[in-house]
Amino acid sequence: MNPNQRGFYTLLKKEVMRFWAVLGQTVSAPVITALLYLLVFAQALQGRMVSGYEGISYTQFLVPGLVMMTVIQNAFANTSSSLIQSKVMGNIVFTLMAPLGPVEWFGAYILAALVRAALVAAAMLTVTLLFVRLPVAQPLALLAVFLLSAGSLAALGIVAGLWAQKFDQIAAFTNFIVTPLSFLSGVFYSVHSLPSFWYTASHLNPFFYMIDGFRYGFFGHADVAIHISLLWIAGFFVLVSGIAYWMLHTGYRMRK
Amino acid sequence: MNNTPIDALKIDAVQKSYGALQALKGVSFNIRQGEFFGLLGPNGAGKSTLINIIAGLSRATSGHISVLGHDTVTDFRTARRKLGVVPQELVFDPFFNVVDMLRIQAGYYGCGEEVWPWIDEMLERLDLANKRNSMMRMLSGGMKRRVLIAQALVHKPPVVILDEPTAGVDVELRRTLWAFMRDLHVKGTTVVLTTHYLEEAQEMCGRIAILDKGEVRALETTSALLGRNPFRFLRLKLGEGAALPEGLRELITSEKEGVIELKLETAKHPINGVFTALRNAGVVIEDVHTREPDLEDIFIELTRAGSAA
Repeated sequence: MNPNQRGFYTLLKKEVMRFWAVLGQTVSAPVITALLYLLVFAQALQGRMVSGYEGISYTQFLVPGLVMMTVIQNAFANTSSSLIQSKVMGNIVFTLMAPLGPVEWFGAYILAALVRAALVAAAMLTVTLLFVRLPVAQPLALLAVFLLSAGSLAALGIVAGLWAQKFDQIAAFTNFIVTPLSFLSGVFYSVHSLPSFWYTASHLNPFFYMIDGFRYGFFGHADVAIHISLLWIAGFFVLVSGIAYWMLHTGYRMRK
Repeated sequence: MNNTPIDALKIDAVQKSYGALQALKGVSFNIRQGEFFGLLGPNGAGKSTLINIIAGLSRATSGHISVLGHDTVTDFRTARRKLGVVPQELVFDPFFNVVDMLRIQAGYYGCGEEVWPWIDEMLERLDLANKRNSMMRMLSGGMKRRVLIAQALVHKPPVVILDEPTAGVDVELRRTLWAFMRDLHVKGTTVVLTTHYLEEAQEMCGRIAILDKGEVRALETTSALLGRNPFRFLRLKLGEGAALPEGLRELITSEKEGVIELKLETAKHPINGVFTALRNAGVVIEDVHTREPDLEDIFIELTRAGSAA
């Protein structure tokens, strides 16, 4: 392992150790929250809501959306909270003074967020086995959608973490952008059930394609063709990754 | 063939502006390998700005800096691997214990298990051995300062910058730290120190730069700097009811409990002339001392001259 690779590996390990040290908060809590959604919505709406997919119950329909919503929120939270905490507490100087380039920063932060997102997804899917069985019709599509979606939100978290100068601004980013976009992305319903304005608006929301593409991975069909979803998610990933990389490269709000 | 050794630090016309404020106005100086160098200046002089630029925490508006010949911008990886910086602020990562923090820091610099014995040695030398598994947030301020010092040294850098390492720490830590730094210096490490404790700089540093308002006011060996200003201090305890003659009163720098201190410029106020004036005025002297100016006096003289300019 050359020194640059070791630097990257260490930053990745440190980022994983950081969320691992507070696993109850970073993995268990979001899993429990998502399961509560599942219980409440499945109990309240089962029978009254239909999945719109033949042979798929509403509870089955709900699970992939909830898993992806939790993945999205946690991938974002991992990078954004790590960066804002380091900035506010001042310990970001340890990594800024180290011989780490933007490639190592970007790679380590994204991969650590993917690890957390995968843990959250795995925990949720395991626990939901108690309630519902899901097929896995398209595993490769499932993996591709997971990686690109979690990667996109991790990159968006880097953008938010570097842009924000206090915790309030991260909370605003979460409350006014990430949460509304994830709730309005078809987690709880098929967009075909929406009025035409909201139907069109949903198609401008990149999170919709993440949820829909993830659902495709399980059921083999979805509201939008998988190649459209993958194009949207990949485009979003390239866009936010480009911004995040540029911010890391220029030391935006880090190197004065 | 040029056999001149590469400078440990080469600072070339470095300017830094924050809007209209010029924090550094084209600072240039070199620090040779193996020096124990003092970078002094009043608050707001630009010391920390310069150190932040060297460390990569800040970017210069113009100018260049190299560490052992490696540019801190174009060859930042090599430059940073050769540099260890103890930051002024007491910062720490609350998620980790002491030994994990040090191993992580070593990893950033490309070092693995081969430096673990060195980490153990530092923990011993800095009296941190019994805190190795303590979480960072549980440590006292002094302990956190020691960990910061160990973090800066974990990759065995040949050039070390200590930005006010003894600010707010007790005497014991200061002694421990200076003994440790002396050892490293003897083994060849270049040490750059900023401190407000000028007696520390006078004792430790072979050469000193005084920075004021973003400019280098002085750059000399410590002995040359101490001998640079031709003045000395004369302390007199006068007999009861005695008063200084008119011509000497303007030389008073302090007056406390009957002891008067005069600042005498060697050329203008020869000491025998002062005694003649006192004798002629019939002043009875009970006690007399002379004091050579120390670094603090020189520092005040230089920075005051800068303020007046």
